[in-house]
Amino acid sequence: MTAARIEVLKTYKLFINGQFPRAESGRVMSVRDSKGKLIANAGKASRKDLREAVSAARTAFSGWMNKSGYNRGQILYRLAEMIATKKLQLAEELISQGFQRTKALQNIEAAIDVLVYYSGWCDKYNQVVSTINPVAGVHNFSSAEPQGVVGIVAPKEGLLGMVAVLAPVIAGGNTAVLVCEYFPLTAITFAECIATSDMSAGVVNILTGELKELHPHIASHQEIQAVLFTGGDAATKKSMMSAASANVKRFNDWSRVRYLSPKLYHLTAFQEIKTTWHSVESGITSGQKY
Amino acid sequence: MDFKFAPAPESADIADIKATYGLFIDGKFVKATGGKTFTTYNPANSKHLAKIADASAADTVKALKAAQSAGQGVWKKMSGAERGKYLFRIARMIQERARELAVAESLDGGKPIRESRDFDVPMAAAHFFYYAGWADKLEYAFPGANPAPLGVVAQIVPWNFPLLMAAWKIAPALACGNTVVLKPAEQTSLTALKLAEIIQDCDLPPGVVNVVTGGPEVGKSLVNSDIPAKIAFTGSTEVGKYIQKQVAGTDKHLTLELGGKAAHIVLEDAALNQAVEGVVNGIFFNQGHVCCAGSRLLLQESIADGFIEKLKKRMRTLVVGDPLDKNTDIGAINNKEQFKRIQHFINSGKEEGLTVFQCPTKLPDNGYFIAPTLLLNAAQSSRVVQEEIFGPVLSIQTFRTVDEAIEKANNVSYGLSAGVWSEKGSRIFNITRQLNAGVVWANTYNKFDPASPFGGYKESGFGREGGVHGLHAYLKINI
Amino acid sequence: MIKWVPIDQSAVDDRIARITARSIKGALKTDLLKLAVSMTDLTTLEGKDTAGKVMQLCRKALQPSSLVSVPPVAAVCVYPSHVKTAVQALTHSSVKVASVATGFPSGNTSLKIKCDETKRAVGDGAQEVDMVISRGKFLAGEYAYVTDEIAAIKNACGRARLKVILETGELGTLEHVRLASDLAIAAGADFIKTSTGKIQPAATLPVTFVMLEAIAEHYDKTGRQVGMKPAGGISTSKQALHYLTLVYEVLGQRWLTNEWFRFGASSLVNDLVLQMHKQQLGTYYNRDKISID
Repeated sequence: MTAARIEVLKTYKLFINGQFPRAESGRVMSVRDSKGKLIANAGKASRKDLREAVSAARTAFSGWMNKSGYNRGQILYRLAEMIATKKLQLAEELISQGFQRTKALQNIEAAIDVLVYYSGWCDKYNQVVSTINPVAGVHNFSSAEPQGVVGIVAPKEGLLGMVAVLAPVIAGGNTAVLVCEYFPLTAITFAECIATSDMSAGVVNILTGELKELHPHIASHQEIQAVLFTGGDAATKKSMMSAASANVKRFNDWSRVRYLSPKLYHLTAFQEIKTTWHSVESGITSGQKY
Repeated sequence: MDFKFAPAPESADIADIKATYGLFIDGKFVKATGGKTFTTYNPANSKHLAKIADASAADTVKALKAAQSAGQGVWKKMSGAERGKYLFRIARMIQERARELAVAESLDGGKPIRESRDFDVPMAAAHFFYYAGWADKLEYAFPGANPAPLGVVAQIVPWNFPLLMAAWKIAPALACGNTVVLKPAEQTSLTALKLAEIIQDCDLPPGVVNVVTGGPEVGKSLVNSDIPAKIAFTGSTEVGKYIQKQVAGTDKHLTLELGGKAAHIVLEDAALNQAVEGVVNGIFFNQGHVCCAGSRLLLQESIADGFIEKLKKRMRTLVVGDPLDKNTDIGAINNKEQFKRIQHFINSGKEEGLTVFQCPTKLPDNGYFIAPTLLLNAAQSSRVVQEEIFGPVLSIQTFRTVDEAIEKANNVSYGLSAGVWSEKGSRIFNITRQLNAGVVWANTYNKFDPASPFGGYKESGFGREGGVHGLHAYLKINI
Repeated sequence: MIKWVPIDQSAVDDRIARITARSIKGALKTDLLKLAVSMTDLTTLEGKDTAGKVMQLCRKALQPSSLVSVPPVAAVCVYPSHVKTAVQALTHSSVKVASVATGFPSGNTSLKIKCDETKRAVGDGAQEVDMVISRGKFLAGEYAYVTDEIAAIKNACGRARLKVILETGELGTLEHVRLASDLAIAAGADFIKTSTGKIQPAATLPVTFVMLEAIAEHYDKTGRQVGMKPAGGISTSKQALHYLTLVYEVLGQRWLTNEWFRFGASSLVNDLVLQMHKQQLGTYYNRDKISID
């Protein structure tokens, strides 16, 4: 009888600008299974990691927003494919972090479906929300544009929760910093899927860490244009909303939104409407009206 | 012969201003509890116009409760089509009293009668007409989202377009089935109160629209009350941030239409003479008291000198003076504080070493008047380039390439509007797409329409007013 | 080298809207009405013109009204065949005789005939010549042809002043109006003029504005003053006041004399007289008291 092989364990780090750095502070969060056994030490992001992530997201913004909707749709679909290939790993990780086996698989599959749904919207939502406005003497139209860097607090809903809040944000051309307090192992494996999905570095940055430490910095960071808040206590919400006013951040409280069922309105919540006016020449005869 | 315009003033009597005005609560004009009043003045001559009730906290609550019970009672039960008919009525009556409203607006706010007559009042009526038609068609605006009214809406409007801003706010709110408490700016309450008279004459059910007048304390008590489901504010970024902070932790909906510092870009291939006209409309419209004013002129270096000469020449033909005179292009600065603030910015420009050009025009001896002003050789770091002046003051910078223009245009914390002049279509759309602004005018400037959404990016606020997108701000949609 | 100047029509309209919103009252109105009379080129350009008609028109030119005190008009504008009649009727007066020439109104004839016609009109005593440009050539892009032709006619004019009619109603765009103005000015035009009166639209404020801009920029560059004559479609005092306000705001006081600005019109004078009459009387007028010529 030979000795059991020693398993190689994975180190879970952060995901910033397409890289997997260790947390700047060198701190970790211990992830234990239901019996209290240590499964992994996940990175515990600090405000400096947040700063790096926001900086990466801001740099990535113009490239991502200027990609054609068709192209963004393909990349989201590719991300769904990447998750599909890691379905079992992701399911096992959810189980080790407390999910029931059947629920875990359902969660991953639903996440894939949500991504496919938003992938399809990328080159269509603007056709639904844009308008040609009937104004005399000019060509006047309104269309949607992404807001910029969105700070997202991930809900406690496994991979599905992460995808359901992230996908509508990035489908519309925003870049994101996703803060995951729960299921950090899932978050980082999800990051690996992103890293292999043709998505440019910085479009999505994932920080595992504690909300109570990071939320004041998400809310007050002047380069974050919008916040998506999915739960937490009333005091956190109030404090984040209050700090968000410093740069007139768009604050989206989704605690009562059924975000697990994807919808166009989840995507358009992170869009600005730009209205463009262009003068229209009316010919030399029009001068007769004077 | 000497070409000199003879005075052509509208008669102030047309404004038909009463000695005192009460608060409009639950369909009736009432005195403030405690009987406090404040005085509203004509900024063109500092003359007293009327005494206006200064709402107490109790009055604000009364108004909010009136709105609440009107909303839960009659207004909620009414069909969209019937609501719409009330809005059509209001639009018509604004048109019927247009001349009176225009004169009152110019008297109270200092804006030229040409603008209040040809812009503010017709545009206010147009907003009621536009949103009247939406009242029974809301499900087409947000398919599958089951749109429903929010409830009581508290609306706070500024002094630069008193009647028009009231119309921008009230019309969509009512069309969507909400009830309203409106607070006009204390400097310019008259036309909002005249609108309340019109609303009363239109037999709108009592409490559906209430108008409370007074200073910032009235605004605060509206914002901090538990009754409103929504706050809609137009005004300074500073106050907007304060309001956003105040509603933190609540479920109140909020839209903010705040300040701006719009870049107005003129490229070397533009129709330059017309760009001059656009620049003049962009900054001197309403004495520059316009949040979307084109207050930062960005000129391509190759045409800058000639353009500035043309601009100066055009500015010399602008008539500054009595707001009621039909030939006045630039009226009085709305109020004393703003007058001081603008002077302060002009001096700050001087201290920063900018060249100041002001039209050599004789200003009236009384009242608050400022000659149209250019601040030349400005740089991105100048205070007058970064901060909103809200007056007839234009800073001028140059750029060399299109990319540099875009970069400079976006390099402020605001994002309300922008303008660009070029004869090349593909270049125009390259630029308009890259400008971080909610409204972009190409080969035109400062045009408005009820069908056209208006609102900002970044620190210029959030939410849109006007058009189908403007309905979103007043509806609960099922997401 | 003439440069193509882009023009944005909607902003031109914005400017014109501001001009037409100006309120002209009191002394300024009185002065401008009088001035407008003195700037009018009283015109008859009909196939049925006769010596009798031309002579009556010349009387009207000298004394536009018996009711109010008004100056004579600037000029009488006739076909070349009536120049002699007009010259005779207007001897010893300030009223000039202007003649259309160059195959008016189409201009579709040879340069030689145009020059001959011009020389004959001047020889008969015309002090001013109103020529038309070759719009076909212009629209076909033959700008050198157009310029050379104007220069040749200018040469044929001798000491007579040359007004160049662009016939803006056939030019299609404001850019074309500007380009034609620049060509005409460069070729030596003393005046540029909108229209023959035979084509709609004739003079409009936006078109006039664009032509005034061409004049202003030429003046700023060279110091040479060029005159302006809107013609056709201007029949009311209100319109005339708009035009004069426009001239004042774009070119300034220096152009507000009949040496540099003219109205080509036939019925405008009557309305100007009516308004002046009304200003004197303080009541509304009776059209029967105004001469119909």
